[in-house]
Amino acid sequence: MKRVQFGHSPVPYLFVAPQIIIIAIFFLWPAAQAVHQSFLLEDAFGMSSQFVWFRNFEDVLSSPSWLKSAGFTVVFSTLVAVLSIAISLFLAVRADEVIRGAKVYKTLLMWGYAVAPPVAGLLGIMLFNPLMGDLYILFNKMGLDFNHIQNGNDATFVVVLIAVWKQVSVNFIFFLSGLQGIPKSVTEAATLDCKSPERRFWTITFPLLAPTTFFLMVINLTYAFFETFGIIDVSTKGAPGGATATLVYKVYVDGFLGADMGGSSAQSVLLMIMVSVLTVFQFRFIERKVHY
Amino acid sequence: MYQSKWRSLTNHVILILGSLFMIMPVWIAFASSTHTREFLFQNGLQFLPGGHFFENYGKILFDQSATKGRVTALQMLFNSMVLGLGFAIGKVIISMMAAYAIVYFRFRLAMPLFWVIFATLLLPLEVRIVPSYEVVAKLGLLNSYTGLILPLIASATGTFFFRQFYRSVPDELLEAARLDGAGPWRFFIDILVPLSVTMIAAIFIIMFVVGWNQYLWPLLMTTDDQLYTIVIGIKQVYNSLYEGGQIPQFPKAFALTIMASIPPVLVVVIFQRMFVRGLVETEK
Repeated sequence: MKRVQFGHSPVPYLFVAPQIIIIAIFFLWPAAQAVHQSFLLEDAFGMSSQFVWFRNFEDVLSSPSWLKSAGFTVVFSTLVAVLSIAISLFLAVRADEVIRGAKVYKTLLMWGYAVAPPVAGLLGIMLFNPLMGDLYILFNKMGLDFNHIQNGNDATFVVVLIAVWKQVSVNFIFFLSGLQGIPKSVTEAATLDCKSPERRFWTITFPLLAPTTFFLMVINLTYAFFETFGIIDVSTKGAPGGATATLVYKVYVDGFLGADMGGSSAQSVLLMIMVSVLTVFQFRFIERKVHY
Repeated sequence: MYQSKWRSLTNHVILILGSLFMIMPVWIAFASSTHTREFLFQNGLQFLPGGHFFENYGKILFDQSATKGRVTALQMLFNSMVLGLGFAIGKVIISMMAAYAIVYFRFRLAMPLFWVIFATLLLPLEVRIVPSYEVVAKLGLLNSYTGLILPLIASATGTFFFRQFYRSVPDELLEAARLDGAGPWRFFIDILVPLSVTMIAAIFIIMFVVGWNQYLWPLLMTTDDQLYTIVIGIKQVYNSLYEGGQIPQFPKAFALTIMASIPPVLVVVIFQRMFVRGLVETEK
């Protein structure tokens, strides 16, 4: 907070009012609604509902399809986060070294931020279209027996590939700015002491980028949880048999297409808890980074 | 800095491969969007552009019957523009004001309100999507620009960004302004806003792109075709690809994909420096 501030007056309330009103209507109310509904069981016609304590949660947590989806979400998020971070770190280190054409490379590697996830999903799934998709045809020519429409692992491969493609640019931007924040004197001293660029990377650069990497890990996990909705909805739609349905996608399918309000709300509440933990974790970490 | 020839060569090879990895899918989509659907159906996706660019794009931009929903791509682009700009403008104004109150005033509810705003970061719209939809339906805001934009503004990313920035503004400015007799409104309009111009620009660019690319919320909100954004339009066309037993309309889907991507990509590329700065600063 500031040392010098304006004193008591109604003015600050006027300034926060727009944000607080919007939050109250479109955030607090729905969130409360979700918690409330997660304790209710509606009858088949949606005419009446009954308070059932934690039954919806028990149902969700013991349902095989939710557990399957939770398992997929963990695998998917980890793969997406690790792969996209690794690829973009690799590219950022090289882009930081080149002198000729540096600007062009940077632009070519960062515009992907502006592509909407469903657009990425559509581009990707077209390349895997069994009729004409180049990658689908290529993989099968290589004798891989690739079929993402029936095989869950192949479908996972497709959504991971698309999600990684979409995320590389964001990570690249952060790594590049992290690399540019390393003092020139440090890099120059390291060059004098150690000729091998690989060793220099692992002993100097990577430890210095550790805070950035850790921070990106959290960002990427959040991305894989939520923002990949568009990718999945346009590419696999959770097929085959829910093998590529993330938890967020399942909330949508059960709540809107399946009209199971109680179950869907209970899923929402569980997700809220998970995200809260993730965010609090992120904030604690950032606080530490500031002091460091 | 010393660099071996070999290292320099591999750098370029790796960066070119990386760039190709990013560009190829979009290039294939563009090249394929300029062929007839019969040609694509027989020959697969294309690496080289064909001769039907104006025909395909013109049709989808201006001819209502070209899309399933009887809405032209021009209308969808307009809707996306409204969403992108409305989202960005709304978010900038609201979060600047809220952050100003929190940083520059001493008032009783400051802490509780700050925590309420913070809480929105914990629960993205995707998690509370079903109840949010019900609330908007109850308010009669389905199929309206208001219902499309306002709920998206609820999250507080912008407020934190401006809070961070205001705190870095020297205290002496406020002291000086108060000595000169400036009140809270004057200080905000005449000093703080002009001081934040580059920050506003940076966050505006990011929010425009984020707003333009919204998917889940517009998908639920808009059942009226005339309100489809271009990103939603893609899905509709893609869903109806195989309908009616005709030859799939791949060029149309690709053309929409390209048109949906051009405006945000242009914004990011043109304002690259500002955009990068805004992104790196907000997430901190």
